[in-house]
Amino acid sequence: MAEWLAEWKARLIYNFIEDDRWRYLTDGLAVTLQITFFAVILGIAIGILVAIIRSTYDKNKDEMRWSIWKVLLYILNFICKVYLTVVRGTPVVVQLMLMYFVIMASTTNKLLVATLAFGINSGAYVAEIFRSGIMSIDAGQFEAGRSLGFNYTRTMWFIIIPQAFKNVLPALANEFIVLLKETSVSGYVAMNDLTKGGDIIRSRTFDALPPLIAVALVYLILVMFFTFLVGRLERRLRNSER
Amino acid sequence: MKKYLRNVMAMAMAAVLTVALASCGSSSTTEEGTTGDDTAQDEAQVLVMATNAEFPPYEYYEGSEVTGIDVEIAKAIGEKLGYEVTVEDMAFDSIITAVSTGKADFGMAGMTITEDRLESVDFSDTYATGVQVIIVKEGSPITSVDDLFAEGANTVVGVQTGTTGDLFSTWDIEDEGLGTVERFNKGADAVMALTQDKVDCVIIDNEPAKSFVAANEGLVILDTEYAVEEYAICFAKDSALKDEVNTALQELIADGTVQSIIDKYISAE
Repeated sequence: MAEWLAEWKARLIYNFIEDDRWRYLTDGLAVTLQITFFAVILGIAIGILVAIIRSTYDKNKDEMRWSIWKVLLYILNFICKVYLTVVRGTPVVVQLMLMYFVIMASTTNKLLVATLAFGINSGAYVAEIFRSGIMSIDAGQFEAGRSLGFNYTRTMWFIIIPQAFKNVLPALANEFIVLLKETSVSGYVAMNDLTKGGDIIRSRTFDALPPLIAVALVYLILVMFFTFLVGRLERRLRNSER
Repeated sequence: MKKYLRNVMAMAMAAVLTVALASCGSSSTTEEGTTGDDTAQDEAQVLVMATNAEFPPYEYYEGSEVTGIDVEIAKAIGEKLGYEVTVEDMAFDSIITAVSTGKADFGMAGMTITEDRLESVDFSDTYATGVQVIIVKEGSPITSVDDLFAEGANTVVGVQTGTTGDLFSTWDIEDEGLGTVERFNKGADAVMALTQDKVDCVIIDNEPAKSFVAANEGLVILDTEYAVEEYAICFAKDSALKDEVNTALQELIADGTVQSIIDKYISAE
């Protein structure tokens, strides 16, 4: 037993302490968090925009008279649908490499590349989550808002979206957990994120177990902490219910 | 109708299981091969070679087959010893792990012997000499290796993760504060980043470097070498296979087979 412990201690020292290898993990964690943070923000922005266009189209296309606005709505809806199809239909790692090697070929700012790639990817999923939330709110809520004198935008913003947000929160949290873990492919474009940090240690020590377990643990702790926060938020939002 | 469907499903499951079991069986014979059990040497013993087929002309894809200097030498050794060699393509930084955990019988990927690698695997005698060179864009301010080590230098170096180019530049350049190292999964990705000015230079083995420069206009290889090193085959620690292979390798070097394979792929300058 003591021998086994000593062996593991040596193994851990070799993998993490020697040559300051733990720095690959901490630096990688910082990069992972940065990418996830900015991508989440971009994803929500794109998601809300696309969701509003898509649900406005779905709710109103039959009642609207033909006008320039209806044509515009048709075009916007079509663009959104293409976006959703393409982004959800291709792997995120392919999108990331396209962004790095083709679309943003002239930039050296990798954080920007990763934020755009993951943000645009996440936006498509967030959009569908928000749309399901908006469509789930009873039509009576909308009519009540309009009859109280709110215009379309204000009804959306003050009555529909707050209720929709509460409904979609679990699905949204799920999407962000997925996004956090998906950033692990950013090593493909030479970003030293958490997973790549583990890979680099593995390529130095040729020992697979300690760095991979360490990386897995960090992701797990992050996700558990995030789940805890969302749980708190859900409970807070439930205060308005009886 | 439903019953019919269920029968089909059952048949499919059975087929999948048979295939899975069969492949288990074949991998266990491989393990017997690695133990070097002389009494039970069948003719069709298979050795699994772990490599990273992104490294022309040592190993690369031609159609769906991995070929190159390492593969041919491995096959020549296998022929001498009565093994059949199958190639497994994987990331370079996974090769040693695969070999030390027994997923592959040996690793051959233009691999240099380093102290760290010796902690995990054993190496055969060397069979070829490799040179680490620096690729830059034409007209680059970097004109020799010394420019990388000049005072106040701040170079972005592109490498393939886990290669000696990565290890050496991490020690020499990144740890010394002379620049940063960008680690790509493939050498070709690092070269592509170079053509897009994402990195200032790429440090990689000479032979693949030549292929990359030939394929991309406007790139040059610097005349001065970054490092000289010797390639060897890696085995799991205390593998009996190592001595067998060393004997065969020495014979192949002595009768000129190794040299002729290398000459076939690398035209003498």
